[in-house]
This record gives sequence, structure tokens and C-alpha cells, in this order.
Amino acid sequence: MAITESEIWQALEVVKDPEIPTISMTDMGIITKVEVRGESSVYVEMTPTFVGCPAIKMMEQLVHDRLIEVGIKEVIVKTTLDKPWDSNKISERGLLCLKKHGLAPPPKHQGEITDELLENITCPFCESKNVEMKSPFGPTLCRSLHYCNNCLQAFEQFKPIV
Amino acid sequence: MNEKTTIATKELLYKIADDLLIIGHRNSEWTGLGPILEEDISFSSMAQDKIGQSMSVFQILQQLGEGEPDTVAFNRASENFYNSQFVELPNGEYDFSLMRHFLYDHADQLRFEMLAKSSFDPIAKLAQKIKGELKYHVYHANIWVTKLGNANEESHSRMQTALNECWNFALGMFEESEFENTLINEKIFAGENELKKKWLENISLILEKASLKIPEEKNWKPFFGGRKHIHTEYLKPLVDEMGEVFSIDPGVEW
Repeated sequence: MAITESEIWQALEVVKDPEIPTISMTDMGIITKVEVRGESSVYVEMTPTFVGCPAIKMMEQLVHDRLIEVGIKEVIVKTTLDKPWDSNKISERGLLCLKKHGLAPPPKHQGEITDELLENITCPFCESKNVEMKSPFGPTLCRSLHYCNNCLQAFEQFKPIV
Repeated sequence: MNEKTTIATKELLYKIADDLLIIGHRNSEWTGLGPILEEDISFSSMAQDKIGQSMSVFQILQQLGEGEPDTVAFNRASENFYNSQFVELPNGEYDFSLMRHFLYDHADQLRFEMLAKSSFDPIAKLAQKIKGELKYHVYHANIWVTKLGNANEESHSRMQTALNECWNFALGMFEESEFENTLINEKIFAGENELKKKWLENISLILEKASLKIPEEKNWKPFFGGRKHIHTEYLKPLVDEMGEVFSIDPGVEW
């Protein structure tokens, strides 16, 4: 019996983001399309969080390998900007996963990154709002550096992106 | 797309991709040398963004019949580059790099905002994505220019000197193409003059907050030429260095 699209989505849930291994690529919202094409052929579309994301080739490979592992014979993975990623695409479960990793999740945006949005951050450790941004650039392109004046800890945020 | 429009579009894309590639390379020269760790990371992150963005523009050029992106980026003679002279200038001290970053990124962000409305779908889609990323570059530049413009006498005077030194080179970014009207009529890009107008509005707001003064208009003498392959002595060594590893064995599989 042919595999269904929802089974493919399910199979992909175990593929983790290589840079933040507590969150899956499906929860990140970077897998934008899954299409079953015939008996054992699957087409997957992905989109990068950042155009210059160095992990994209690796992620294509991880998706490919996972679907081969569950028995698909032919897997085609394509990266496109047809449906560009933005941080609102991270699932509710994904936001919790980010927090578990010690990252402040991105606040929901209304289609624009405003200064208010960049300043409205909650410490992932103590929930305090008494925090400051140290730098809009962190250890990966999608993270920024902050400091909590309440619990006196440095932390990172997964940046809001439109 | 007719032949003239294709040529005009390619030239526009080369300008954008080469600016990104060269400023990206200059930004990367701060890796390991930044005045504080956060700034080292910031310039390195911006380098990564810009080089990734340039690759995406080179990929669109490839779809229009140009060469493979790595070859075009790393195996092209410096006299065939379309970047503005502004981005090829050496980093100088941190004040100069920061001011260039401020002036360049404001223009870059506006350029991509304009391109997000382009009738040429591949660049419109890419621009939609890139303009969001550039928010952080501009945000970074605005914070530092405002802080250092107001911090103390030395920082203020160094930022003002950097602005004066950058100014005519920055105006050179808006050198018009001979295809300007084609791009405007075909709604591919609204043109360099329109971009410059918006840029002046945006940077003026921040420079005022930073207590810095734009040079008097009678002294504006844009350094044009970069878009027509006239470069300073600084581009060739940069391009040679950038392609050094690639040139050892251009066909090698990584």
C-alpha cells in the first residue's frame, strides 16, 4: 500500500535541526511541502530560515536519508523561497522546544520587525522582562545575545524574522 | 523578457551580487580582530549573511544563462566586477568600517524593499526574504552609530571624520546604469535616483540622533565608476585573496 502524506510528515518529525537539536525541522516550519508521487517516490520542499544558512545542504540530506530509512525508494528534496520562512511559522510545540534549549522564543510579529518587538523579550530562565540586548548577532545567524538583570544570566533569543 | 530587458536585469543583479560579495568579504576580515567579542561576532555574522545572499543572486544569474556561482564569484578577473568602489575600500579602523556598514546597509535594505515589488519574480521572492534579514544589519548599525556619535568627544569626532571620508564613495553606490529607463519602465527596479532619495531620508534621521552632520551638498562629488568596472587599487588584491583556494584546483569536489 502506498505511503500517505501524513505518514511522511510523521516520519519527518524525528529529523532535528542540526543547530538546535531539541527542535524538529517540521516544528521549525522549514518543511513547506510534501507530495507523494507514485508508489514509492516522494517530493519534499524546504525553505531556509536565513538565505545564508550554512546548514541547508545538510538538512536536505537529513530529510532524504530519513525517508530512505522508512522505505521510500526515490526522494527528491528541493529548497525554494516560494513560501519563505518567517518566525511565526514555528509551531507551539517548537516554541516550547526552543525554551527547553535555553533560547527565548521569538515573539509573534505582525509582518514587521519593530524596535518594540526587539525589546519585548522574556528571560527563558526566570520569565523576567528586565533584560537587555547585548548584540543582535549571536553564535548562529538566527540567534541574538541578551542579558537578564533579574537572574543575572546571559541568554540567547531565537530572533523574530519576517 | 526581451533581450534588452534581460541585459538590463543581468547588469542590475551583478551590481547587487558583487556589492554583497565584496562587502561580505571585507566584513569577514574583522573575524578574530573585532574590538569586542560581540562585534567580532556581528561582523562575522553579517559576512555570512551577505555572502549567502550574494550566492542566491548569482544563482538567479545562472538561471539567466550566466556561469556557475562559485566560478563567477571566485574565478573572475577583478576588472569584470560591478561593485561600487565604496565596498572595496580597506576596512581601515573600526570607525570607518562601522560608518560604511551603516551607509551601505541602509541602501541595501531599501534596495531589497524596492526589489520585493519587482516584476521579475525570482528577485522579488528573494528580496522579500533578504529584506527581513537586513533589518538586523541596519538595527546593529543604527545602535552603534548613535552610541558612538554621542559618547564622548573622541568617539564623536572619529565618527564624523569617518562619515566625511565615506560620503562621496557612498554616493557612488547610486551610479546610474545606461539601462535605468528599461528597468523602471519594465517595473523591475524603480531606479538609483529613487533609492538615493529614500536613503537620504532614512540616514538623515539616524545621523541627527547621532549628532553627526552630512557634508554640505556643494561638496558632494560622487566617486562613480565601480558599476562600469573602474575600480580602486584595492579590489584586485581582495579578489585574488578571495579566489586563492578556489584557484588551486577549480574543478575539485568539496
